[in-house]
Amino acid sequence: MEHREIVVVGGGPAGLCAALQAARLGAKVLLLEGDDRLGGQLIKQTHMFFGSEKQHAGTRGVDISAMLVKELKSMDNVEIRTNAMVIGRYDDGALTVDENDEFKLIYPEKVVFATGASEKMLMFANNDLPGVYGAGAVQTLMNVFGVMPAKKVLMVGAGNIGLIVSYQLMQAGVEIAAILDAGPQIGGYLVHASKIRRAGVPILTRHSVKEAIGTDMVEAAVITQLDESWQPIEGTEKTIECDAICLAVGLSPFADLFWQAGCEMKFIPELGGHVPSRDENMETSIEGIYLAGDVGGIEEASAAMVEGYLAGLNAAVSLGYGLAEAEGLRADLKDQLNDLRSGPVGDKIRSGLAKLQDD
Amino acid sequence: MSNKEYDNTIICRCEDITRGELHRWIDQGVTNLEELKRLSRATMGPCQGRTCRQLILQEIAARTGVPISEAIIPSYRQPLRGVTLGAIADMKLDEEEKPHEK
Repeated sequence: MEHREIVVVGGGPAGLCAALQAARLGAKVLLLEGDDRLGGQLIKQTHMFFGSEKQHAGTRGVDISAMLVKELKSMDNVEIRTNAMVIGRYDDGALTVDENDEFKLIYPEKVVFATGASEKMLMFANNDLPGVYGAGAVQTLMNVFGVMPAKKVLMVGAGNIGLIVSYQLMQAGVEIAAILDAGPQIGGYLVHASKIRRAGVPILTRHSVKEAIGTDMVEAAVITQLDESWQPIEGTEKTIECDAICLAVGLSPFADLFWQAGCEMKFIPELGGHVPSRDENMETSIEGIYLAGDVGGIEEASAAMVEGYLAGLNAAVSLGYGLAEAEGLRADLKDQLNDLRSGPVGDKIRSGLAKLQDD
Repeated sequence: MSNKEYDNTIICRCEDITRGELHRWIDQGVTNLEELKRLSRATMGPCQGRTCRQLILQEIAARTGVPISEAIIPSYRQPLRGVTLGAIADMKLDEEEKPHEK
């Protein structure tokens, strides 16, 4: 059994920044990561980030992760443990941890849950055939392990993840049969979409996958056009040859620990599903439990990082650290979040966050 | 997806539950995930619902007309993933906290 000042759960962009900010202010921080390496989704991001300089625009995600980890490792007041997955939160504040098959109990004074999100699944016939992948899995295979997942991929979802993963597959020599999106418009940035279109890959809006075909693995997919109420239009079926179907149809916040803790939760589709309520300091309805990143609403990694800094800051301040610089830092971080969420790109997240504040 | 042809589509792949089975449960009056989970083991496999929970909630919402925002969400129990009894038995507690030695 251990007692800790601040425990940060999750070593992705949000968790790394939460740990970093709290530690910079002098707090003693324990960072727990369930995977065997830090960085979360950042380590799969071989492309350069948008945003502003403060969120490392122009730098590749994988390099951002390395920078953050390097600083964390240089600090005496930070302990990092990988292969340490938090698997429970109890009413007395205890966290149970599965660390390299050892079961441990940790009592934090303050905790930041930065647990991220899991990929949404899509329902279609034979969706359990090998060769049906989540886009995250494809990125892990390609960009982390250097394994080519397939030769010809049907991408489902034309949001930024679908577009970026498609482009990375093309760079790796994989053919993209087509990119489908159920919506009437391409969801991702047009700069990504046009790069792909220029290479001759069709992007079909109002289309979805109806069926995977194959005996031992995916050999083809039947796609269909959708009407305005998202229902398949009979007679529009087409068979597309492919050996993988890659699903980039959105993410669900991985909020299990907040549910266990009894935090107030709200269902907000714009944020990806059920998310914890929080105040402007990233604290949930339960004192001492903070959140940061996708677990509170699906957004870009740049926003997750800023939320992480903000949560780490406030957790540290609540323990009496960094009182002198807190106000200035907090104002700057809130400005950064507002900038990231401004304009048409931020419409969805802004409306989701507004709903969170209602009632 | 309203057609019968989707009845064999797996909706909870850990516990091998098809969409057709789910619809049969719903039509028998099992209209919330809490009851469905207890009766069918849906969402109780290794992925702990991470893959299927949203799909099942969507199907229930579509078939009953009750939106997901009003759905009964089952408890998220500890542990979030499988852990061996041996690991729990070996857990190091402070001496005074070992209940069986009190």
